[in-house]
Amino acid sequence: MSLTIPAREPDGVLVPPNRHTAPPAPPFSWRSDRAGLSVLGVGVFVAVLLVPFISASPYLISILTSAMIYVMLALGLNVVVGYAGLLDLGYIAFFAVGAYTSGILTTKFGFTMVAAIPVTIAACILAGIVIGGPTLRLRSDYLAIVTLGFGEIIRITANNLDITGGPSGIHGIPTWAFFGWDFSKGLSIGGVFFNSKIVFYYFVAVVVVVLGVIGISRLSRGKMGRAWKAVRDDEDAAEAMGINTYFTKITAYIIGAVWAGLAGQLMAAHLSAISPNSFQFLYSALILMAVVLGGMGSTPGVIIGALFVSLAPEFLREFSDWRYLLFGVLLVVTMIFRPKGIWPATSAFPWSRDKRLGTGPKPVEQGLDPRDVADLEAAEDGAGRRDHHDH
Amino acid sequence: MSWLNVAAISLFYGRIQALEDLSFTIEQGEVVALLGNNGAGKSTTLNLISGLVRPSSGTLTWEGRDLTKIAPHHLVAQGIVQVPEGRRIFSTMTVHENLQLGGYRVKEAAVIAERIALAYELMPRLHDRRDQQGGTLSGGEQQMLAIGRALVSGPKLLLLDEPSMGLAPLMVNQVMQLISAVKEQGTTVLVVEQNAKAALRIADRAYVLENGTVSLSGPASQLVTDSRVVEAYLGG
Repeated sequence: MSLTIPAREPDGVLVPPNRHTAPPAPPFSWRSDRAGLSVLGVGVFVAVLLVPFISASPYLISILTSAMIYVMLALGLNVVVGYAGLLDLGYIAFFAVGAYTSGILTTKFGFTMVAAIPVTIAACILAGIVIGGPTLRLRSDYLAIVTLGFGEIIRITANNLDITGGPSGIHGIPTWAFFGWDFSKGLSIGGVFFNSKIVFYYFVAVVVVVLGVIGISRLSRGKMGRAWKAVRDDEDAAEAMGINTYFTKITAYIIGAVWAGLAGQLMAAHLSAISPNSFQFLYSALILMAVVLGGMGSTPGVIIGALFVSLAPEFLREFSDWRYLLFGVLLVVTMIFRPKGIWPATSAFPWSRDKRLGTGPKPVEQGLDPRDVADLEAAEDGAGRRDHHDH
Repeated sequence: MSWLNVAAISLFYGRIQALEDLSFTIEQGEVVALLGNNGAGKSTTLNLISGLVRPSSGTLTWEGRDLTKIAPHHLVAQGIVQVPEGRRIFSTMTVHENLQLGGYRVKEAAVIAERIALAYELMPRLHDRRDQQGGTLSGGEQQMLAIGRALVSGPKLLLLDEPSMGLAPLMVNQVMQLISAVKEQGTTVLVVEQNAKAALRIADRAYVLENGTVSLSGPASQLVTDSRVVEAYLGG
C-alpha cells in the first residue's frame, strides 16, 4: 500500500491557477433582479404618495398611516428576528418606550416633537442595553422568555405610574411643528390645500418607511449584515471567524429597539393619545406574525406581511363578528401554501425560482472515474469508518 | 523556544480530566497531525489553542505570547484560525458571502479580494457555485468552503478539526491535497484526524494522543512504519 501523495492530480480541486477559466455569464443575472426590484420599489413609493390626491378620506388615510407604522415595526423586528435570528416576543415594549418617552417629554416638560427625537433614541438604546445586555449572552430560547416578560413589565409599569397617566394614559400630545408652522395649520401645495394633519402624518410615515427600507437593506448587505446572518446560521462558526457574536447580536437588538421607538413616537403624535392598552402582548405577536408571514429576512416580504396583518381586519370589516375567524383562516392557508413566507428571502421575486439553487452545476460529488479506483481502494481502509455518510 | 509551545497542560470539564500533562511543539511552516481515538483529547487540544477552552494548569505560548490571555475573536486577527469539526459553514449565505466573512477581521478590502481570488484558484468548484447557498453544497465542497473561508482571514496557524470526516475517499484525497497546497502558501497547519493514513501522507510530524496526553510522536514518515501506529490506527 502506498502512502505518498499521488502525482497525478484528480480533476477538480487543485488545478494550477491559469487553467481555471470563469464560467460563462449565467442568463439569470443578479444585477437585473436588483434593478427590477428598484423599479418596483420606486413605482410603489410614487403610488403610495399619490393616494391622498385620489382619496383623502380621514378613515382611509388613518388606517394607511397605522399600516405604515406596522411596516416600520415589522422592518425593525426583521433585523432582530430575520437577520440576527433572535426571537423577540416583547418587541412592542420598545414601541411603548418610544411612545411614552416622547409623550411625557412633550406634555410634561415642554419639549417639541422634533426635540424629543434624540431623547427617544437614547431611551431606546438604554432599554435595548438593559434588556439585551444580560440576555444576549444566552441562547435564543432564554431571550424569547425574557423579552416576553419585558414587554409585560413595560406595559404594567406604564399602567401603574403617575407620570405615565396610569390606565388612562397620556392625552393632548402635540403635533409636529417646524419653524412656527405645525401640522394642524394645513398647507397648500400646487393649488391643493391639505387641511388635515392626518395627511401630513401619512406623508411623514411613508418617507420614514422609505428611509428605513433603504437604510436596513444597505446594512443587511454590508459587513454588519453578513455578521448578523453568520451568527444566525452558526454562532460558534461565527466566533471562529473572529466575529464578536455578543456585540453583533446587541447591535441588531439596539437597531431594532431604536426603530420601534421612533415608530412609537410617530404613533403618539399621530393619535395624540396613548394608553397601556395599545402595548399588549397581542401586538408583539401580530408584528412577529407579519415578519414570519411575509418571509423572515426579506424586506419586501415583511412589508407585505405588515400590510396584511394591519389592513386585513379592516377589509374584512363587513363580515363583522366573523372577521377575526376569517383572518385566522387566511393566515393558516398562507402558511400551508407559502411556508417560507409570501415573499421568501431566498427568491428574487415571489414568483421566481429559489435562488439557493444558484446558477452553477448541480451539487453532485465527483463521479467515479475508473482511473481513480486504485486511489479509492488505497484510501478506503483508512477512511472506511465513515465513508457511507457522505451521499 | 518553539514557535508554538504547549507545556504540561491539564484541563478539566467539570470533574472529568480531558488533558493531562500534555506537551508538544509546532514549528513555523510545518504540517503537524494530531492522531488518536475518540475521547483522546484531540478536539479539546484544538479548542485550547483557539481559546475556546482554558487550561487549569500548564503554559501555552505562541510567538512568545501567552495564548491563554487572549479572547478567541482577537486570536483570529492575530493569525490563529480554527476550522470547526463538521463543516460549520453558514448555510443560508452564498459561497461568496461565506468567503467574505472569512475576512471579517481584515481591514483592507483589497487584501480580502485577493485572498478570495486565491481561494477560488485553489478550489475552482467554489467559483462555479459562488452565488449558491452554502447549505446546498455537497459534503466535500462544504469542507473546502470551510477551509477557504479560514484562508481568507490570512491565518499564520490553521487549525483543522477532522477535515476528512464523513467524506468519500476521493474527496478525502482532494481535501488532503488542499492542505498541502495551504502549506505551500506558507501557512502552518495543525490537523486533527481519525483518518491516520490520510493525515500521515501530508503531515511533516505527528503526535498520537491517548487519554489526554502524548503517547507517541515523530516524523510522519517514521510513524507510518511504526508497528504501534500501524496496529492501532492503520488497520494492521
